[in-house]
Amino acid sequence: MRDCIVGLFVVVGLLCVAYLSVRLGKMDLFVENGFPLLARFDSAQGLRVGADVEMAGVAVGRVSAITLDDNPQHTQAVVHLQLFKDYRLSEDTIASIKTSGLIGDKYITLSRGGSSVILGAGDTINETESPVDLETLIGKYAFGGV
Amino acid sequence: MGRCVRFVCNMLASTGAATIFFGKGLLGIVESGRIGRRTVAQIYAIGCQSIFVIMLIGFFCGMVLGLQGYYTLVKFGSVGLLGSAISLTLIRELGPVLTAIMLTGRAGSSMTAEIGVMRISDQIDALDVMDINSMAYLVSPRLLASLVAFPLLTALFDVIGILGGYVTGVLMLGINEGVYFYRIEASVLPIDVWGGFVKSLVFALLVTTVCCYQGYTTHLRRDSAGPAAVGNATTQAVVVSCVCILAADYVLTSFFL
Amino acid sequence: METAWDIDLCALTIGYGSHIVLHNVTASFPAGRISMILGESGSGKSTLLRHIIGLSVPKSGRITIAGTDCTRMDDAEARRLRRRMGVLFQDGALLGSLTVLENVALPLTEHLRLPKELIRKEALRVLGMVELEQVADYYPSQLSGGMRKRAGLARAIITNPSLLLCDEPTSGLDPLTAARMDILLLTLHRQFPGMTILVVSHDLESFHHIADYTLVIKDGLGIFSGTKDAFYASNDPYLVRYRTRSSEATVADFSSTMDPRVSSELSRWLANP
Repeated sequence: MRDCIVGLFVVVGLLCVAYLSVRLGKMDLFVENGFPLLARFDSAQGLRVGADVEMAGVAVGRVSAITLDDNPQHTQAVVHLQLFKDYRLSEDTIASIKTSGLIGDKYITLSRGGSSVILGAGDTINETESPVDLETLIGKYAFGGV
Repeated sequence: MGRCVRFVCNMLASTGAATIFFGKGLLGIVESGRIGRRTVAQIYAIGCQSIFVIMLIGFFCGMVLGLQGYYTLVKFGSVGLLGSAISLTLIRELGPVLTAIMLTGRAGSSMTAEIGVMRISDQIDALDVMDINSMAYLVSPRLLASLVAFPLLTALFDVIGILGGYVTGVLMLGINEGVYFYRIEASVLPIDVWGGFVKSLVFALLVTTVCCYQGYTTHLRRDSAGPAAVGNATTQAVVVSCVCILAADYVLTSFFL
Repeated sequence: METAWDIDLCALTIGYGSHIVLHNVTASFPAGRISMILGESGSGKSTLLRHIIGLSVPKSGRITIAGTDCTRMDDAEARRLRRRMGVLFQDGALLGSLTVLENVALPLTEHLRLPKELIRKEALRVLGMVELEQVADYYPSQLSGGMRKRAGLARAIITNPSLLLCDEPTSGLDPLTAARMDILLLTLHRQFPGMTILVVSHDLESFHHIADYTLVIKDGLGIFSGTKDAFYASNDPYLVRYRTRSSEATVADFSSTMDPRVSSELSRWLANP
């Protein structure tokens, strides 16, 4: 009897753990099914690991890591994208970092290009747009730059 | 001055003794042959019997977070963020800490009292004389059981708390249901979830070590003897455990952020 | 050849911290006999027993059991020695969370790999020896003091120890129950002639019935050690008084008067309806 209650407790607890880690923690149970891509940005300001990657407003993947390409000539942020599957993106696909709302989280949106060359797993997207810096924008507006 | 030095010396000595005690308890997990049955009994005592109170506390905690969060966020016009505010607060901080504190009060104090009574009525000596390692018999199953029970109860607390937030935020204050859950899923990161679990594991070891140690050394207390010593040991175990939980929480949080 | 399980205390000094309980005690308890440590309440008898069991370490001197010095013994040796010991603690020291049967069977369930039924049968057999089979499934808190002591005795003897140590087996019991305890110990002694039994007590009646050897403790010193006959033949005034149960002072001094403030307040309280 007591063993049954302990068993029930462990099962209920593990269900909660599973919800937290799989649904909320975005634990990838099938990592090998993903499709990795890289994208180089001049700035990845505000972007966090786990952020959504969208195409036409639909989530198609997540940011799996953000690293720094410490090249003295041209320092860039390298963002590792993990798409859910191979969407057959062309090599001139544009990746841009956007903000949801005025002060919301940053996410990445992809727009297809026209080239016939298709990106393979692990290839790099070079056409990128860094996030809009709100302060610079306000500064430009205030001092008549726009 | 002299009293200060003595106080510090005593603190050092008891910290050292508790650490050695913890080591022996861990060693007992490996040494003891029949630890499984006793561990299940302890999971029942620590875990199953605390489910109801943890659910109750978790639910109200989530509800009050929903209320407070709503009236703060509504000033900035961003009530949509309520889900992420509640879930992050619960998963990172309140879940592990409040669960550990509740378990200290419910399970930790009874550990101290039970082991303390066994100590003053010679039962621990009797175990040792029968060549039964009293550490492996009493402390190791409790360590193992709390390593199982603390994270599971923390997870339960988090989930129930999120439901509590749903009740105030969505059902009572009228936030959109989809936005609430979307925000939770969008803003909680793996490190938040794992950080919470690491915290609860550390708290499990801390609380169990402190509570068992206080009970096990009841006969060495200088402030009192007999049943009064069991009472004092229990009080001290709860106080020291709570202080340890909050101190360790600060240290761990600074690691994870 | 069989080891002779005799106990020798040599110039033993014991105490807690700076407080000395017993000073320079020398005595020997021969194998296969019942010996008794006698003394007034609080004289340090139980403390001495704890040292013989090995739960405390003496300040100086030696405790030798079966030819090996217990004070200079590594862990493995001490555990091997403890396996040959059965100890009856003052109130039985039964584990409160286990039933009487589980308590008695504990040394077997913990150390032996045997089927449950066999261990249960064995525990019931030993409980039968102390006439407690009918309360086997009760918890210790449901038993009387005498029953707890008998259950403790059953647990102590289930491993067939070579050395049986009992702390106050008859204290706090009515004369009939105490006599039953004496008979139990005597029967054990007859059934296992090699078993050394050491009893700590202040009960002269049971000393008279069961003991062969004795050590008498007074004011932190061992003032007498020898056979029962020598104890009865001794002319030492303290032993004579102990034997005849006569106090030093013949009349208790109650002549000191109560403070008048206390007595007036007391009479006011007594008169209060």
